[in-house]
Amino acid sequence: MAKRSGIRRNEAVSGWLFTLPSIVIIGVFLALPILLALWVSFTNWNGLGSPIGGRAQFVGAENYADVLTEDGLAREDFGTSLRNNIYYVLLVVPLQTALALFLAVQVNRRVLKGRGFFRTAFYFPSVTSSIAITVVFLFLFSASGAVNQLLSVLSIDGPNWFNDPSGVIHNLLGAVGVTSAPAFLAGEGPLGLTWWSWLSGPSVAMVTLIVLAIFTTSGTFMLLFLAALQNIGEEIDEAAEIDGAGVFRKFFSVTLPMLKPTLFTVLTLGLIGTWQVFDQIYLTGAGAPGKTLLTPAFLAYDTSFEDLRWGRGAAIAFILFAIIVALTLLQRWILRDRDTEKRRDRRRINPSDDQRQNEAALAQGTIRLEAGAGRRD
Amino acid sequence: MTAIAEKPTTTEPRGHDGRVITPRKRRPSARLLTGATLSYLMLVALALIYIYPFLISIASSFKTDAEATQNALALLPGTVTFAAYDRLFNDTDIARWAGNSVLITVFVTIGRMFFDSLAGYALSRLKFRGRTLLFAAFLAVLSVPNVVLLIPRFLILQQLGMYDSYAGMIVPLLSTAAGIFIMKQFFDSIPVSVEEAARIDGAGVFRTFWTIVLPMARPALVTLFILSFQGSWNEFAHFVVSRQSSELNTLTTGVASLVSGQLGEGNQYPLQLAAAVLMTIPVAILFFIFQRRIMNTTAGAEKG
Repeated sequence: MAKRSGIRRNEAVSGWLFTLPSIVIIGVFLALPILLALWVSFTNWNGLGSPIGGRAQFVGAENYADVLTEDGLAREDFGTSLRNNIYYVLLVVPLQTALALFLAVQVNRRVLKGRGFFRTAFYFPSVTSSIAITVVFLFLFSASGAVNQLLSVLSIDGPNWFNDPSGVIHNLLGAVGVTSAPAFLAGEGPLGLTWWSWLSGPSVAMVTLIVLAIFTTSGTFMLLFLAALQNIGEEIDEAAEIDGAGVFRKFFSVTLPMLKPTLFTVLTLGLIGTWQVFDQIYLTGAGAPGKTLLTPAFLAYDTSFEDLRWGRGAAIAFILFAIIVALTLLQRWILRDRDTEKRRDRRRINPSDDQRQNEAALAQGTIRLEAGAGRRD
Repeated sequence: MTAIAEKPTTTEPRGHDGRVITPRKRRPSARLLTGATLSYLMLVALALIYIYPFLISIASSFKTDAEATQNALALLPGTVTFAAYDRLFNDTDIARWAGNSVLITVFVTIGRMFFDSLAGYALSRLKFRGRTLLFAAFLAVLSVPNVVLLIPRFLILQQLGMYDSYAGMIVPLLSTAAGIFIMKQFFDSIPVSVEEAARIDGAGVFRTFWTIVLPMARPALVTLFILSFQGSWNEFAHFVVSRQSSELNTLTTGVASLVSGQLGEGNQYPLQLAAAVLMTIPVAILFFIFQRRIMNTTAGAEKG
């Protein structure tokens, strides 16, 4: 008995000792800095000296007001960055999810010759660095680059991609003769932007970054779907086949419902990731052309590190944080599974199989996105 | 290309047996064969789209500036030139950048493997008060978007006097919640019996972990090794906010400075692409060596 309780105590001490390095690293470089930045977002600190103490003055919610309610360039820039990112999210998330799912189903087919080759080909972009792949895209989409040369074969005069600030929706409207704001859209909308400019669509330049994102993340998400498909196994597949379900019916009424947890994970990761575009913006010219590549993540960095308005930069970062959290919760609520709701949250350390699988996929997806070009921060 | 395109014809008869398209299995109809070929061709085309950008990047890094622009699609340079690589090594600090990248990658990879498996083991096996809470905290950390950490990270590094130093670039990356999670999950799947025997024999907790459990966790460690290597080699944003002196440039920040700065005249594409190719080689090698491990996302849960 004495020995057993000795082991117990030993275990408790070891437990904390083993986790201590990670607690310190994550605590000091993740949790603590968030609190520090939260403080800074309520000050007028200009980067000189320490933000704690005399140098920085508490200014209340002024930084948040500058960006959200006060008329001016700060608010307009934030509105612009928000608009740009919204179009990016709206296009990237569904497209990358659909493409990843499609690729996974394709390379999961038992009869497919060269499955390994295809999986490798589709995943490879995901392991490269965001810098390398952006350099490649700047080359591919240059004025006389590979993409435009391909288009010219089809007698299409390609745009000057990365230098074209015109909005896609504006361009489409222009094609039917609507070249400027109709009266009902000329008024000012939220955050100092006119309704007309809210409805611009992504700029042509942004379209290249949308393609880039889909290109670099579809492989990672394909792997997550693939793991789930292999879990579903062949029996169910065959059962559906014997029942005489066609390919499409089988996919939508058997496979897709079973993929729901993974779909949820992929959408969550996609939603979180697409609000964090940073590396690509840094490399393609700080939001140029015409600020149409500006994103909140980059704007926060730029406001702090370049304009030295640290308080405002931090405020933008926290607004972005709030947006991401709110959207994740909203999405969780929309896609909630009423059956498993009750089973959840029993004890975090002993989760159900489903939940464990979800968390595993989430961890795998996070670490993979962060490791490769899929990372956007 | 031709070799790949030929495959469908040879596989059609076999491929048809297991095809799910129709329950009527007796007669392979011509329509189905075309369907299979078409879907195969489409996959080949897609794969080409995924690979081609890399191939022309390599090719173009051996082209002259003029040819890279005029003949962007060509897979073979008209005249092979090493000018871009010459300039890269002579006019830029790329050797130093690479040195910094290697240094940081080595430290971060070793650190992550060690600290993440330690913490993962504790959360999986050791019973101690607060474990559930701690695990929940790590899970919460997993969902903190990295990009909102840029300003906070700079602030804390500056406060601690670690800004613009190797320490500031390395230490914050030494442990990750996702890595801890992957390791914990793997330890959960190893039977307890072996280590219990060792522990009852009087082996200390750390010795049991180090000599018995960790060797059994090799598959998960390999996964963590690959992803940590790749992650720290490709890291960019953290190095933008944790340093400013050019001696501390890594390949990512160095190449970024090449792209945004002007280095002489010309469009610089071969030079930039050469840099992109060089910085991709290590992760590409790693990828091809550990391909099977990398492509397996269940590595954390499955043994072997």
